[in-house]
Amino acid sequence: MIDFQGYGPRLLEGALLTLELAVLSLLVAVVLGLVTASARLSRLAVLRLPAIIYTVIIRGVPDLVLMLLLFYGAQIGINQITDMIYDRWGWDIFINIDPFVAGVITIGLIFGAYMAETFRGAFLAVDQGQIEAAESFGMSPWLLFRHIRFPLMMRHALPGLGNNWMVLLKTTALVSIIGLSDMVRVAAEATRATHQTFLFMIPVALGYLAITSLSEIGMQWLKKRYNAGFEEAS
Amino acid sequence: MQELLQSLAPWLSDNAIFTPATLAQYWGGFVNTVQLVFISLVIGLFLAVPLSIGRASPIWIVRKSIWLYTWIFRGTPLLIQLYIAYYGLAFIPGVQDSAIWPLIKDPLYPALLAFLLNTAAYTTEIFYGAIKATPRGELEAARAYGMSPMLAYRRIILPSALRRALPAYGNEVIFMLHASAIASVVTIADLTGVAYNIYSRYYAPFSAFIFVALCYMVLSFSIQGIFRLLEKRMLAHLQPR
Repeated sequence: MIDFQGYGPRLLEGALLTLELAVLSLLVAVVLGLVTASARLSRLAVLRLPAIIYTVIIRGVPDLVLMLLLFYGAQIGINQITDMIYDRWGWDIFINIDPFVAGVITIGLIFGAYMAETFRGAFLAVDQGQIEAAESFGMSPWLLFRHIRFPLMMRHALPGLGNNWMVLLKTTALVSIIGLSDMVRVAAEATRATHQTFLFMIPVALGYLAITSLSEIGMQWLKKRYNAGFEEAS
Repeated sequence: MQELLQSLAPWLSDNAIFTPATLAQYWGGFVNTVQLVFISLVIGLFLAVPLSIGRASPIWIVRKSIWLYTWIFRGTPLLIQLYIAYYGLAFIPGVQDSAIWPLIKDPLYPALLAFLLNTAAYTTEIFYGAIKATPRGELEAARAYGMSPMLAYRRIILPSALRRALPAYGNEVIFMLHASAIASVVTIADLTGVAYNIYSRYYAPFSAFIFVALCYMVLSFSIQGIFRLLEKRMLAHLQPR
């Protein structure tokens, strides 16, 4: 057995944190992406414009810079707001930003923009006749979204979604820079302490490869599910 | 650059953070980022062309070993690769007394190594996809003319495949620019590193990071513009008339 010099349990905890972070930020990103994609396809410019600005800004700036800005900036911003509340009304509120929450929100916010692009293309690819048929059945907009638009859209969105998930998973490594003990941070600390780079970095790399390989299998399953009723092309 | 900064000084007289001194730091970071990204992209591009041809090779061992390389480098975070290059080389026993130590001591070279291997892996897959999408008819025509595989690659496959790969490669360039922000983790004073220093010195996260975000946006949009121009020229035959 490999001797992790006492870092074994912390590495495992770090791996768990990486997974939790990735799954939670994926959820945030998918919800944000759906909302933003719908806003971009809206007839109202008031909804369209913010969505366009959001996607352009997020995709023009590195993830790490956004993470630093949100992590260090949000705390100061919130302190200023709570100070203002204290000055005006005398309520003493103290909100401390948890690095985990900051990580989930930042990664969700970043990938929400990428998801929005994926979903927008997929929404546009849905056959208009299906929507019209649903409308003529008298479906309410929400029912139409749940039963018709979303399942049909997912078929087109899946490849892009899978891609985004892989990139998101690797982006979670950046939270080690803002102080979260994910597996990369534990491995970096262990490396600095013991000077045995490969002993710690290679298992972590294998951890990422394992997650991506498992995701590949999951994607195949999802693809089968959402392709039900459609002929395979080749 | 110095004169420009001096001429800006009166405008900045009542600004505590953006003084000529900090702007000079940002300029230094800008130069470091562009250098790092440009060198790794150029070397990565030159590595990727033969690798993508090898990835499509009929020889099993060549094909599979290049696939393994791209699978590993695309499946793990760049940060891990950077750590392995940075600490892995520096902590090899005895390396500190050897002739290559001056190269490894400077974080720039390990970072370059990690970046160029990473971008080469992504670019290889992009080019491989484009090579595989070559229309069968073109290949058959080349063979009918009696072209050797070498000649067919040089005259038929690569010119059209590399053109087809242009949009995806443009994305990879912007991706690399954004990924290079992690160079600051191994103490390289790139744009992000400088912004972090200025943040911690003045405790001004909004000014420091928003300014640097704008710098990156300008870079990203310039790259996007250049690639759009290139596409217009190189993919002119695919434009709707």
